[in-house]
Amino acid sequence: MKHLWLTAYTDIIESLRAKWFFVYSLVFGGLVVLLFAFGVTESRIMGFTGLSRLMVTYIQLAMAILPVFVLITTVRSVAGDREAGVFEYLLSLPVGLGAWYWGKLLGRFLVVFLPVFLALAAAVGWGAAKGAEVPWSLFLYYTGLLMALAWCFLGIGMLLSSLTRSADVAQGAAFVIWLAALLFLDLILLGVMVQQQLPSETAVAIALANPMQVFRTATMMLFDPQLVLLGPTAYVILDHFGQAGYMAFAMLYPTLLGALFAGGGYLWFKRGDLP
Amino acid sequence: MIRFEHIVKRFRRQPVLQGIDLEVNRGQRVALVGSNGAGKTTLIRCLLGEYRCEGRVTVDGLDPRAHRQEVLSKVGFVPQLPPPLKMPVGQLVRFAAAVCDSDPREMAKVATRLGLDLEAFRHQPFVKLSGGQKQKLLISIALGRATELLVMDEPAANLDPEARHVFFKLLAEKRETAAMLISSHRLDEVASLVNRVVELDQGRVVLDDQVADLVDLSSRLDCSVGLLQANPAFAKAIAEWDFTSQDAGRTWAGQVAGPDRLRFLGVLSRYAALIAHIRMDEAAAETWAEVSNG
Repeated sequence: MKHLWLTAYTDIIESLRAKWFFVYSLVFGGLVVLLFAFGVTESRIMGFTGLSRLMVTYIQLAMAILPVFVLITTVRSVAGDREAGVFEYLLSLPVGLGAWYWGKLLGRFLVVFLPVFLALAAAVGWGAAKGAEVPWSLFLYYTGLLMALAWCFLGIGMLLSSLTRSADVAQGAAFVIWLAALLFLDLILLGVMVQQQLPSETAVAIALANPMQVFRTATMMLFDPQLVLLGPTAYVILDHFGQAGYMAFAMLYPTLLGALFAGGGYLWFKRGDLP
Repeated sequence: MIRFEHIVKRFRRQPVLQGIDLEVNRGQRVALVGSNGAGKTTLIRCLLGEYRCEGRVTVDGLDPRAHRQEVLSKVGFVPQLPPPLKMPVGQLVRFAAAVCDSDPREMAKVATRLGLDLEAFRHQPFVKLSGGQKQKLLISIALGRATELLVMDEPAANLDPEARHVFFKLLAEKRETAAMLISSHRLDEVASLVNRVVELDQGRVVLDDQVADLVDLSSRLDCSVGLLQANPAFAKAIAEWDFTSQDAGRTWAGQVAGPDRLRFLGVLSRYAALIAHIRMDEAAAETWAEVSNG
């Protein structure tokens, strides 16, 4: 365990000095600043609704940005480190491969999750200071969803970094995966699939297999419990899961998926050439 | 101590190592030489358990992949190209010392002997150090702990003459207890450091020979070089060896670390037409001890 924490800590220190982390933090910090300008000003008039709206907007934007940022930065830095000889040197030290891989994953998770969380927390803190009522249940649930989403795409990123030998190939593959997830997020596409006589259950299953869609639907659920925005699809989801069941699914599924991908990445990493 | 048995390594079906059989014992200092692509780095990575390969690699009977921690805790490794680590120097030393169960102060002591003040660079990112400073730090991490096997890829390439001399002395202190594998694409860079030469070519051992082990790793030579006429290019080259001239560049004097003599003569050979005389004498121990101390 000592080596795992050491690796995690070293990865955090390494990441904090990287340019990608600076840009990453700037994007999420900037988002909150922009949303303050509109959302919190509005909250003075609308109270609770204003801060909730800010959080909903933030979470929707995070859904679009977080996966691609996590994927690209993970594969660029992990596969890039391997290409640049960082693995060759650090893995010549007597650190266990499990401790190294999972420590890196843990450190990376904190680094990608914290700026997103801190930006959200800052928004809530500022809103509270301005007198808005804080929707704590919404805040906690969104925090859990963000954790699950970040973990899921981090797992995919680690798997890609293990599978590919070059940072460029890894980056290309990461982009294609993100694009595919984004494409199947589109309800229009799913509508076309239904139109082409694909069973609606299959279309919904495809949507539910997509962690980004799962996240999106879950975020909708808190301000639209009947999922009216989703149309008839909502019946399938609510009939199968119920509201509480779906909220639990939205947290557990991406977490398990991320762990599965990360585990696959570890097995591949362990059995192959390290540098 | 190290045993390679029928090692074969392929990259995309292209063989890079084609059946290497080699044994290295404690006290042996082996130069692993060969041109680019001969398989030196691949062999070292197999030894460190970083590459999977056919055949069997063992260090004291243990597979470096299956027993990573036991094997690598005995190994000090200095790569040819320093990794582009962004972490501060202090963090790198702490990380290395912690995973090796070593005392970071021992690493700092070696760094000080090599002329690198770790305290002064503690907060500086490793990647921002100069080439020589990076090399000194990596050597300090490798030699500042209890190692039984030193694996080094052109370790002295970026060091200044004084640091090279200290480095050779550090190796001399380890010569009885550790095996050394020093990789280089040029034999003259490492010839005086070793007592055995293994040459690789296209993934095969083409030469495995013992060499005379008469050079004291910690010795120095008093040298003087006389020129037919002063020459600015020569002055620049010899100044890198800390030589000085008292007669406007006609005669140059200084000291060369014993194991560096071949490398030094290699530099002089480029100016053979200019040279009137060369004199090299083994310096008395107290003379270079004074230089080292003072």
